[in-house]
Amino acid sequence: MLDTVIQQALNALQLGSYYSLIALGYCLVYGVLLLINFAHGDIFMVGAYIAFFAATFLMGQHALIPPASPVAVKLAFAGFFALLPTFAMAWWLGRKRSHGQALNVNYPAVVGGVFVVFSAAVFYFGQSVSIASGTDKLVVFAVTIPLTMVLTSVVGVFIERVAYKPLRLKGANRLYVVITALMMGIILEYGNLSLLGTSRLSFPTLLPRTVFDVLGAKITITKLSGIAVSFLVFALLQWIVTRTKLGMAMRAVSYDKFAVPLMGIPLDAVIIFTFFLGSSMAGLAGMFYAMNFPVLDPFMGALVGWKAFVAAVVGGIGDIRGAFVGGFLLAFLEVTVAATFSSELRDLISFTILLGILTWKPTGLFGKPKTTKI
Amino acid sequence: MGKSLTVPALLAALLLMAVAAAKMGILGQYAITFLCSMGIFIILSASLNLVNGYMGEFSCGHAGFMAVGAYASSILGVFLFVPDQVFGQPLLSMAWSPWAFPIVLAAGFVAAALAGLVVAIPSFKTRGDYLAVITLAAGYIIKSAIENVEAVGGPRGFMGMGKIVQGMDAVAKLPWMLVWIFLGVVFTIWILRRFVYSTLGKGVMAIHQDEVAAEIMSVNTNKMKLIAFMLSSGLAGLAGGLFAYMVSFVNPASFTILRSTECLVMVYLGGMGSLTGSVLSAIVFAVMLEFLKPLEQLKWVAIPLLLILLMQFRPEGIMGNRELSDIFPKLKRYYRFK
Repeated sequence: MLDTVIQQALNALQLGSYYSLIALGYCLVYGVLLLINFAHGDIFMVGAYIAFFAATFLMGQHALIPPASPVAVKLAFAGFFALLPTFAMAWWLGRKRSHGQALNVNYPAVVGGVFVVFSAAVFYFGQSVSIASGTDKLVVFAVTIPLTMVLTSVVGVFIERVAYKPLRLKGANRLYVVITALMMGIILEYGNLSLLGTSRLSFPTLLPRTVFDVLGAKITITKLSGIAVSFLVFALLQWIVTRTKLGMAMRAVSYDKFAVPLMGIPLDAVIIFTFFLGSSMAGLAGMFYAMNFPVLDPFMGALVGWKAFVAAVVGGIGDIRGAFVGGFLLAFLEVTVAATFSSELRDLISFTILLGILTWKPTGLFGKPKTTKI
Repeated sequence: MGKSLTVPALLAALLLMAVAAAKMGILGQYAITFLCSMGIFIILSASLNLVNGYMGEFSCGHAGFMAVGAYASSILGVFLFVPDQVFGQPLLSMAWSPWAFPIVLAAGFVAAALAGLVVAIPSFKTRGDYLAVITLAAGYIIKSAIENVEAVGGPRGFMGMGKIVQGMDAVAKLPWMLVWIFLGVVFTIWILRRFVYSTLGKGVMAIHQDEVAAEIMSVNTNKMKLIAFMLSSGLAGLAGGLFAYMVSFVNPASFTILRSTECLVMVYLGGMGSLTGSVLSAIVFAVMLEFLKPLEQLKWVAIPLLLILLMQFRPEGIMGNRELSDIFPKLKRYYRFK
């Protein structure tokens, strides 16, 4: 009996870690922009796909460099492939910012360093090595994490730039932004479906299949790492929001959008950073989700994203601690319901919880009531 | 011809022409199906316009209410007329089917209106995007609830409505579904028009402008919201019932968020707070869907994209806040109720 309870608790922790990671993204964006980013669940799905392609690419399933060639040729290839990201980086560093100068950095050193790092990476991964040993897989795992986070956040920021920002500048009705977000999610789902078809991709195994024994319950390294990562990321986020200048700027924007630009805080940069953070966490969640449930499909983000949103609302949207706790709370509820009644009722239960909370306490469990000024 | 008779006469002539064309074979099966789906689109977009346009709230669970109506109508119809494993022998003979059909549709209307309470009651306290979330969740809840009921086939769907349409055909050889959908459209537009220009409708528009001020000016906002949501979802249920009998098969998969998206596109394409706009945009949308058919999955990239572009460049839609008679004032000569 005890081992079943612990097993279910571990499952709930694992599910809660995904919900929390996604809920944090909902929460950040809502806190800064007062916008429910309905496309966030689908950004999680995009993150899972990006992680899949990044991992298979790094595992040498798509060789960039011709295998049987001398080292010099291989190095030349690596340098060639590293040029584009280096150029992009150089452009980004050197572009004119709104306040006059370019960034004050040691230009040749930074660009050269970036070039060297990229070429080394391409040289290591680009030679269609048959990755067999565990260490190589660990390297792939370690590189996939930042790669997924960065690429997913690019998608999230892109959506914000093309869809939400013009509306914000127009001062459009908030509902239009919500509709746009909803439609963006649908576009991501069906765009993915039409690009990749209905073929279900299966995620490669990156971590060893060691199973730990916790008081009679079983837990794999993958699950454990997912849970650990979610706690780590939450700690990091808490630190960013409370202890750094950017975090302070984010809190300032959420406090008063109109006074912030007058104080010399770059509003757009803060908003981009917010989307960057939120989407990268969704990407991370997507990657760990795909490692645990290795079958990807274009609609995986819809329901999980919804659940995460419910979690954010339960916790009181606009407060990251609330979102984090809410994710685990919802997961525990769901797992309990699935274990005692039936798993079909899970979605029904969580949506009913959402309805109940919004009717009874619209600001969530941890939220503060808002007053409307007349 | 008197002022009060022009519009009914025109509508009757239109219906007679359609029936005659179908009888003579000018309208093929394909054309009839196309017209029927267009009529259902009109009902959906006009009814959603009441909440999203006139009241200025954001409801995107319209498909859920459509599902309630579809299932209620189908179950009642099958219960009354068709031998079935679950509901046993029929209560009435098929000869009664054309007469009982309005009652069957009304059952769908009532059931969906009651389901509308799920959204209407939370709307007393919540507004804006949280209400949008509630409507979305309601849509999901309804869909997954239907999927969990094995008596109506669960996710596999529910059949048997085709027999009733055949039974009506046996009574009299008419394009029955076309007639019913035409009457449904006329009923929808009529009731919405009467509602919107009544005192109640003024209250709904007042909520759109400024809820607090409306409340202060003694508009009973809760009552208004209740009526508007229930009427809107009830009409969606009517559309659902007609849809169920038109395709003679319902399953939960046809009432997803995509169906709600279709309704949203039509409302914002036509213009918020314009019944004429709703009708026009539904017609445009039905034609557009026919053209997008070969795109298959990409259709669902194109339609949301259309809505996004609408939100960016012309959120007021084709007609904006106006009716046809605002653009052509001379039309007002031909009807009495302004």
